[in-house]
Amino acid sequence: MNTVRVRYFASIREALGAGEQVALPAGATVSRLRDALIERSPAHAAALARGKALRCALDQTLCDESAVVGEGAEVAFFPPVTGG
Amino acid sequence: MSSKARVTIQADDFDLGAEVAALRAGDAGVGAVATFVGTVRDRNDGLGVSSMELEHYPGMTEKAIEAMIDEALFRFDIRGVRVIHRIGLLHPGDQIVLVAVTSAHRGHAFEACEFLMDYLKTQAPFWKKEHTPEGARWVDARVADDDAMKRWGLASGNAAR
Repeated sequence: MNTVRVRYFASIREALGAGEQVALPAGATVSRLRDALIERSPAHAAALARGKALRCALDQTLCDESAVVGEGAEVAFFPPVTGG
Repeated sequence: MSSKARVTIQADDFDLGAEVAALRAGDAGVGAVATFVGTVRDRNDGLGVSSMELEHYPGMTEKAIEAMIDEALFRFDIRGVRVIHRIGLLHPGDQIVLVAVTSAHRGHAFEACEFLMDYLKTQAPFWKKEHTPEGARWVDARVADDDAMKRWGLASGNAAR
């Protein structure tokens, strides 16, 4: 199992807190991580629900959910960005 | 490029004149400076806005903007770039963001400035929360900002479901 650091921002942070540690099987993707998080609580299921506009980043770079999460990785989930 | 900082994320306001002077300093080859300053409006989507909070993803924000500046230097014949983005509590009329670009001739400075803003709007991890008479709300991303990326040949699905 790999230990992954998950971080949340904006509306997702308000719902779930700043982040958490998750143990994930080696070779798992961001999509698999999202599914595992959805299982954690009703609040997770609502905030990370499929069909919701959600962006993700792996080690601080925007990524697809097909990205593979390695040991010690940092994965962030957040709504579409609205800076500028 | 000089060794001066290209990207700063800060709570404090910035001085456009001082930033442009610093960007031009020591480069006699500059013949054009294009700047964009984004400011807080007092209305958005039909509601008055009394204040706004800007959140970001420390570390990733700087990385994303540095990467977009590298891309602009590759695409356009420009000499220097400065980007400042404010975070924290802001009020109508406040400055939010500065993009300044120097080049020998105006065309590339204008284009690079627009490219950088289009990129920042859709790729840099910032989020705005507005305070309105009906309560606080997170600002929605705009599909028009993704469309603006297409003219640079870049796909962006930031606002997509």
